[in-house]
Amino acid sequence: MTVKKIAPPLLEVRDLQTTFTLSKSLSVRAVDGVSFDVHKGETLAIVGESGSGKSVTSLSIMGLLPKDSGRVSGGSIKLNGREITTLSDSAMRKIRGKKIGMVFQEPMTSLNPVHTIGQQISEMIIRHENLTKAKARIRTIEMLHLVGIPEPKIRIDNYPHQLSGGMRQRAMIAMALACEPSILIADEPTTALDVTIQAQILELMQNLQDKLGMAIIFITHDLGVVAEVADRVVVMYAAQVVEAASVTDIFEQPRMPYTAGLINSIPRLGSSINKKRLEAIPGNVPTLTSLPEGCRFHPRCKFSTDICRASIPTLETTSGNHMIRCSRWSNLNLNGKHTS
Amino acid sequence: MKAPLLQVKKLRKFFPIHGGVLQREVNNVKAVNDISFDINSGEVVGLVGESGSGKTTVGRTILRLEKATSGAVSFDGKNIMTLGTAEMRSFRKRMQMIFQDPYASLNPREKVRKVLIHPLKLHKIGDPSEYEDRATTLLEKVGLSGDHLDRFPHEFSGGQRQRIGIARALAVEPEFIVADEPVSALDVSIQAQVINLLEDLKDNLDLTMLFIAHDLGVVEHICDRVIVMYLGQVMEIASTADLYDHANHPYTKALLSAVPVHAPGKRRGRIILKGDIPSPINPPSGCVFRTRCPIAIPECANVVPELKSVGNRHTSACIRST
Repeated sequence: MTVKKIAPPLLEVRDLQTTFTLSKSLSVRAVDGVSFDVHKGETLAIVGESGSGKSVTSLSIMGLLPKDSGRVSGGSIKLNGREITTLSDSAMRKIRGKKIGMVFQEPMTSLNPVHTIGQQISEMIIRHENLTKAKARIRTIEMLHLVGIPEPKIRIDNYPHQLSGGMRQRAMIAMALACEPSILIADEPTTALDVTIQAQILELMQNLQDKLGMAIIFITHDLGVVAEVADRVVVMYAAQVVEAASVTDIFEQPRMPYTAGLINSIPRLGSSINKKRLEAIPGNVPTLTSLPEGCRFHPRCKFSTDICRASIPTLETTSGNHMIRCSRWSNLNLNGKHTS
Repeated sequence: MKAPLLQVKKLRKFFPIHGGVLQREVNNVKAVNDISFDINSGEVVGLVGESGSGKTTVGRTILRLEKATSGAVSFDGKNIMTLGTAEMRSFRKRMQMIFQDPYASLNPREKVRKVLIHPLKLHKIGDPSEYEDRATTLLEKVGLSGDHLDRFPHEFSGGQRQRIGIARALAVEPEFIVADEPVSALDVSIQAQVINLLEDLKDNLDLTMLFIAHDLGVVEHICDRVIVMYLGQVMEIASTADLYDHANHPYTKALLSAVPVHAPGKRRGRIILKGDIPSPINPPSGCVFRTRCPIAIPECANVVPELKSVGNRHTSACIRST
């Protein structure tokens, strides 16, 4: 899939900072200076491990941070050129579901168990599209049909517990896309599913993207899924973007040691022919309350030197719109998938 | 050839479903339905399948954490399903388990010292004066140190907790380990550390392992042979190289093709299975996979396929396979 980059981007995130207040004296920056663009019809994958800030980034975009503890403390998020971080709750409600659709990891906890899936999808359509109940129901059945739920006229009156995991995720996607949003944010949409069901859902999302032309922000920790769905990839580590590039560049020419380490640490199909020890990244993911000095990855990085401990690297942009946060990247020769 | 270390024969585990006013058994979940396989000493055998395939139940039943409904499990030539508690205890020392969730499998109130010394006491291994040293050695074996003995589980990260779980399993110096999804709850960058650790331990301690996992990449990396399960039954058993290169069973083929490849733009031909895994309460007649199988024929509903040889130590349960 090649996407023509037409200015301006659909979604523009600039230097986003999201802060959580843990107690009177303690707050952490769960997202620290994250920037990226999302263009029409493209799939942007945000990759990271737990605590990297990938989900908080998406919650910040949707305005769904927990009111009492989390807030966007800096930077901007522009949807079609319009700043949305300063919007009121009611204005945000008009955007959520209508302009930005959402799919979460665990469909059982994101669907309401006491309402039928039909009620939940219709409610969304009625709220945003000013349709009558009867028309909304017809639209709901169309959506269920579109996402491949068999017998949609019967299934519309099912409760979430009556559906399997894969079917629930299809229902979530139907709800997210019911108002034809221009952006779909999918936060680990297939992580709770089995591989054969994951394959169904990924295929469905790609078919729907081809049909409806929405952009997708795909948040995941699974590099295999990234390779499959993404046009562009943003790699996050300890609340920051550490590398961003086209999907081919990320896999074939990673420039930041963390990205290269991740790619090489994963056993992939075909390894039985050439059994090699995995290149593990030593150490643990740092917690946000005790971040290392200098580069946040340096204690785990095999290339780190004094400069990595002493200075905080900035996110540099090189040719091909490849962004790298590493003081030493131009001196390193990292291995991508070809050499592993 | 030496007899296998572990032999599973026609193992069944049904979980009863009670209903009605009298709470009589009205039906059952056929979690493991008539499966047989062998594991040789020193082998790492993978057990793969989707959720609900019964792979975890197989592991638990082999170790008698669940009582088998029927069938036999022989360890070192002895059927352990019929042993009394005391006799079983001497076998428990030889077979241990590593659990999936390092957050749920350690008692939050026990310091690491207690976690590691408890099995030594229970099985009367060594002299109490050596316990401390033994516990320290165990921690060093898994990449931690004696300084960690006085800490509680919450002071460790997920990867470190999994190392403690592994040290606990190794405390009694077992020959056989059931590792139930030992890396799937860990962060990607930590998974490789634990996989490498398991490989080193396996080599250094001469362990035999049943490695239960759903991640086919991890299984290919670590296992010598692989058993593929679906809905409580074995679909295919083969050496890792044979299974990944010459899968015979249509389910194995679909499962392998569903795994995302780590190379952008190089998608293989994918077999997308329709529908979901049927309920193990009422599994389909004949071949349990036939309702999702792309090559099923009417006959598949009538015949329960037997595992038949399709190559060197390669068996597959499909009447349509050649």
